[in-house]
Amino acid sequence: MTAVRQLDLAAVAWQRQGILPAYAPELGQEAAQVASALALDLSRDFAFPTYRELGVARAAGVDMVEYMSTHLATWHGGFWDAAATHVAPIQAVVAGSVLHAVGWAHGQTLQARAASAQSSPEASALGVAITYLGDGASSQGDVHEAMNFAGVFRAPVVFFVQNNGWAISVPTERQVAGGSVAARGAGYSIPALQVDGNDAAAVLEATRRAVAHARAGHGPVIVEAMTYRRGPHATSDDPGRYRTLDEERTDGGADPLLRLRERLLGEGIADEAELEAADAAGAAEAEAVREGVLALGPRPGAEMFDLVFTEPTDELLRQKAAWREESEHA
Amino acid sequence: MLSLQGALNLALDELLAEDPKVLILGEDVGTLGGVFRVTSGLAASHGAERVFDTPLAESGILGMSIGLAMAGFRPVPEVQFDGFAYPAMNQIVTQLGRIHYRSRGALRVPVTLRVPSFGGIRAPEHHGESLEAVFAHVPGLKVVSPADPQQGYTLLKAAVRMDDPVIFMEPKSRYWQKGEVVTEGAGSPTHDGASSPSPQDVTGARVAREGRHLTLVAWGAMVARCLQVAELAAEDGIDVEVVDLRWLKPIDTETLARSVAKTRRAVVVHEAPLTAGLGAEVAQRITERCFGTLKAPVERVTGFDVPYPSGDLEDEYIPNIDRILFGIQRVLEYKRG
Repeated sequence: MTAVRQLDLAAVAWQRQGILPAYAPELGQEAAQVASALALDLSRDFAFPTYRELGVARAAGVDMVEYMSTHLATWHGGFWDAAATHVAPIQAVVAGSVLHAVGWAHGQTLQARAASAQSSPEASALGVAITYLGDGASSQGDVHEAMNFAGVFRAPVVFFVQNNGWAISVPTERQVAGGSVAARGAGYSIPALQVDGNDAAAVLEATRRAVAHARAGHGPVIVEAMTYRRGPHATSDDPGRYRTLDEERTDGGADPLLRLRERLLGEGIADEAELEAADAAGAAEAEAVREGVLALGPRPGAEMFDLVFTEPTDELLRQKAAWREESEHA
Repeated sequence: MLSLQGALNLALDELLAEDPKVLILGEDVGTLGGVFRVTSGLAASHGAERVFDTPLAESGILGMSIGLAMAGFRPVPEVQFDGFAYPAMNQIVTQLGRIHYRSRGALRVPVTLRVPSFGGIRAPEHHGESLEAVFAHVPGLKVVSPADPQQGYTLLKAAVRMDDPVIFMEPKSRYWQKGEVVTEGAGSPTHDGASSPSPQDVTGARVAREGRHLTLVAWGAMVARCLQVAELAAEDGIDVEVVDLRWLKPIDTETLARSVAKTRRAVVVHEAPLTAGLGAEVAQRITERCFGTLKAPVERVTGFDVPYPSGDLEDEYIPNIDRILFGIQRVLEYKRG
């Protein structure tokens, strides 16, 4: 979590320094993201993030230079291998991939049934999809359709809602009727729970339970982690137009990172020296990511054409040839 | 002899049998067999897990299909009517067409979306629309439309076997028209010439009728109408070639150019509205390749820039034989100003 905090803060600084064109900070959501991702078994589960899931990606083992490449405008979706990491590309359309998680999850059900028919041991436990969405995304029709489909098909999917209080400038009470995304679960016959999203242990426990429920074939679960977006929506945002600094301090509640530290120290799980070492490792990692990002360089233009289709069309090859001829001529 | 509906059903039946990863999903595709019965009997013969009904939500159907494809399946979703592809358009445009690109090729989405398309059956609003230009404009999608039972069988098999997303536009007014269908199991056909119905012939456009004086370019239901027009024109000594475009993206410019280099005149016929329609794209490609030899500007005979009208006005909207003949006449009588 401290590595995520430091990298997240560093990314904002890099944007101010002109290294990144834009960035969507996740300050304050470290516990929700890291702890939920740690509940997964990514050798068989699959995560569907949005554009604000640095903590999920880091905890899921995604290379952080490859992750940051999307904010560097190197490649939409990021630079990591989604098939190998089981972390889908970054998603800019909110709720765009919530339905994909349901489809992927139903695919696990179908595969398990096929394996069961052949008395294969794979039948015993399902791969689980986890889809990340915010309180803002929950307003999208695709989320309603996804929850309804998941309920009907009893798909092994966890809808992990980070209710961070804001959809850019619009507060939850103007975004979510009733204020709770979890409460909607009842309408889809999906078990749902709200959890303190700033308490890493609570998030880990809740997500583990949700994943176990889905893995056992009992269908989808909604986990609504109540957290707070402490920074702006993105580096172009101006929270001063819709909330005061005092409100930020009051509404944000306890810092999830400090809470975890206090708990680790209080329960004797770690001592100050270990936490300082973790801080130092996080700072070193952020610096290494910065160097990695600066070394990335632009992508070869041909990729623009090569990665559209698995089987390129003659028309696209013609356009690529024309581009090459004209760009080389220039 | 098989109807287009029967040919599509046979193709799906064979696809389900050859690849356990092929799935069919949509509204009413299971027990009912789809509103046009294209999936009739498939749930019974291949199981309710492989041919299954979904809740009534087109975005959900497309989004779920994308997720299934990411899990290694080869989904063939159906939306019941063309106009109902609009509610799924976000998933089609921002997701289906982009996931391979967004993931740098790590994720494949071999989804074939079947869309009963175009008008001609006096259906209610949004049950008869021509979205080919909308689909074709979206990067990352391939778009194809069969004109007859053989094309339906052949092209659907090709589309589903492709690793790229394909929008498969079925001309619903032709569902019940019968024709010869050579199946893959039947071996190579013995037919010769341009109208070869080989099930292995899956790429590019097809010269549906040879002619010398003028090229009619059409797709979907308009191919049969253009073949009719060609017969009538022949009575007046006008020898019309008919090119069935088949693939609306990518467009087979070579076949178009070869045909027009011979006939030196072209008319594009489509049901969709005129403005920014696919006819403009076809005409421009012909112009780029054949400008020096064209004897007249490429003409278009199309639907109008109006919302698709009610059944009573449908025959006024869809290019009919007379309008196509007028188009031919304009091209033949063109004088440079």
